[in-house]
Amino acid sequence: MSIPIPKTIKKTQITTAQAVTANRLSDGAVVYLTDQNTWSAEIDDCQIVNDQGVAENFLSLTQELSGGLSGGDQVVGTYLFKVQLDGGRALPLSRREIIRTTGPSISFGATAAPKQPQI
Amino acid sequence: MCRYDEFDHAFVAERVDQFRGQVARRVAGDLSEDEFKPLRLMNGLYLQLHAYMLRVAIPYGTLSATQMRMLAHIARTYDRGYGHFTTRQNIQYNWPALADVPDILDDLASVEMHAIQTSGNCIRNTTADPLAGVAADEIEDPRVYAEIIRQWSTLHPEFSFLPRKFKIAVTGAPNDRAVTRGHDIGLRMHRDLQGNPSFEVMVGGGQGRTPILAKTIRNFLPVEHLLSYLEAILRVYNQLGRRDNIYKARIKILVQSEGEAAFAEQVEAEWQQIHNNAPGALDLPEAERNRIAAYFAPHGYADLPKQSPILDAALDTDPAFAAWVESNVQGHKQPGYAIATISLKPHGGIPGDASAGQMDAVADLAERYGFDEIRITYKQNLVLPDVPKADLHTVWQELVDLGLGTANAGRISDIIACPGLDYCNLANARSIPIAQRISERFTDLQREREIGDLSLNISGCINACAHHHVANIGILGVDKKGVEYYQITLGGVADENAAIGAVIGPAFEEHQIADAVETIVDVYLNERETDERFIETYQRVGPQPFKEKLYATD
Ligand code: SF4
Repeated sequence: MSIPIPKTIKKTQITTAQAVTANRLSDGAVVYLTDQNTWSAEIDDCQIVNDQGVAENFLSLTQELSGGLSGGDQVVGTYLFKVQLDGGRALPLSRREIIRTTGPSISFGATAAPKQPQI
Repeated sequence: MCRYDEFDHAFVAERVDQFRGQVARRVAGDLSEDEFKPLRLMNGLYLQLHAYMLRVAIPYGTLSATQMRMLAHIARTYDRGYGHFTTRQNIQYNWPALADVPDILDDLASVEMHAIQTSGNCIRNTTADPLAGVAADEIEDPRVYAEIIRQWSTLHPEFSFLPRKFKIAVTGAPNDRAVTRGHDIGLRMHRDLQGNPSFEVMVGGGQGRTPILAKTIRNFLPVEHLLSYLEAILRVYNQLGRRDNIYKARIKILVQSEGEAAFAEQVEAEWQQIHNNAPGALDLPEAERNRIAAYFAPHGYADLPKQSPILDAALDTDPAFAAWVESNVQGHKQPGYAIATISLKPHGGIPGDASAGQMDAVADLAERYGFDEIRITYKQNLVLPDVPKADLHTVWQELVDLGLGTANAGRISDIIACPGLDYCNLANARSIPIAQRISERFTDLQREREIGDLSLNISGCINACAHHHVANIGILGVDKKGVEYYQITLGGVADENAAIGAVIGPAFEEHQIADAVETIVDVYLNERETDERFIETYQRVGPQPFKEKLYATD
């Protein structure tokens, strides 16, 4: 059975290593597909693919994983994103994916030091 | 203040129950995400980059101390201890867990608040002048009409699936603090030739990729006809607005394509039809207006002298306080009282963010030094609307201790910034760190005072949630092959003289943008004539001197 590739993923775009990401249904946290075909919050656990065919299989798999599960394993909005390899580790290429991996680039809430006005 | 009647209570409670069931079915796998998404959006729940985001409406930007404490409680209990106030008088929580959202909505309902119609193609939270009811220049309190619109538009069956989202803003004063020309419908109160309060009706304003200022289609609409006229506008839009292209679906595109005169004619014809079909059915009888106006009745103000010797002495002896009064305090219509803006823009801070502790403390201040009210402004600040002048110094000292005493309202570091790529799923670039970097350049109070009134807004994408098009200096984040760039517009104005800014030239890289803003400020200071504000200088000299310095090749 051929797996439909989402509109956003065109064959020509697949020029580099990729991984699959999604948001966890329960809290929206960023998760990555592992080589055990489970979801992990750690990008270091992600499964990397370099090949178009394998990427398609990934999408097929994630559709299954995101559609058929219940409870804490459910995810929302799976897609492929480009990574580069650094000593075997996956590093996202785009700013958006870097921020999804590391969290907001600013300190916020309780971690933001209360600022005193300049007087 | 907004008060729920029995219908509101029952409806909101029922909606929370329904959503609780929907969440349970989604988690159990009985609802797919495609089925669930419109349901969660109807309850203000978005999925952003790292988490869900819940947007809660603050009707016409007015909160009681009890409501503010509830917002703090939610931030502390279900989120990460803070909330983000937006230009549309909402608060956004950035980290709620899905399973907690029904409980949050229950908590909100207990203080007569909700998140309904903060998303989707419906009539959103109607915003109003944050100084409503206390501004010295006001004709009538616009919240009366905003409340009437709230009741009319909540779950309006005909207008729940419009071609696109729909935003209304109301002001009761000639000085526009609600950006009425930036909305789908803007209502600005004037006196008609007989001296009666009436609304100037402006239609088709909006930001986004096609920024347009709303056009006046009626100069004087008698207030009793407000709802029938709004109904006529919405009907024309609902029938003719484009549903085939999301980029052309807003009413601004319809008004533009039809032409404002033709659009106005269609509205008048529809209005006539409404009158013919059911004469007077949508009129607002005076008794009903008075009943709602009683929700916003003037407080029991004390009979205070106009001048306060305590305030005068503090102004003489405490220059930092005097600077705060100069920028953050405005005249009140009641002698002896003042309106105090609490800046949520500490230098280097995150525009619009407040911690749970700060929210609680502001609620305390509103009780001790006012009549239990807090306002949320378009500029993402808070307002204590009724501070006795004699208490201003004490209030400011407490604000300083809370990290809320920055003297920068209306100044260059009073930056409006959207969440941008740090949170937002639609973003192209970050807004917050850029705002922080720019505001850190202007920590010198003397310099900020010298620069004077200047608006600077930063949006992380062309959706323009931070209204950068109508800022004196607008900054738009764009993505160029995965790298964040920032495009500058100059000359925008958000008040009654609203104007759309013009792009000054090629975009700047992230590390260049704060320098570019400094250059713009330097050109202004160099070019300005006595007492000219930034916008006046820009309008007089035009973009050329700014361009020359910004893009000098040496
Ligand atoms: S302007 Fe764009 S980046 Fe900013 S909040 Fe709106 S949609 Fe998100």
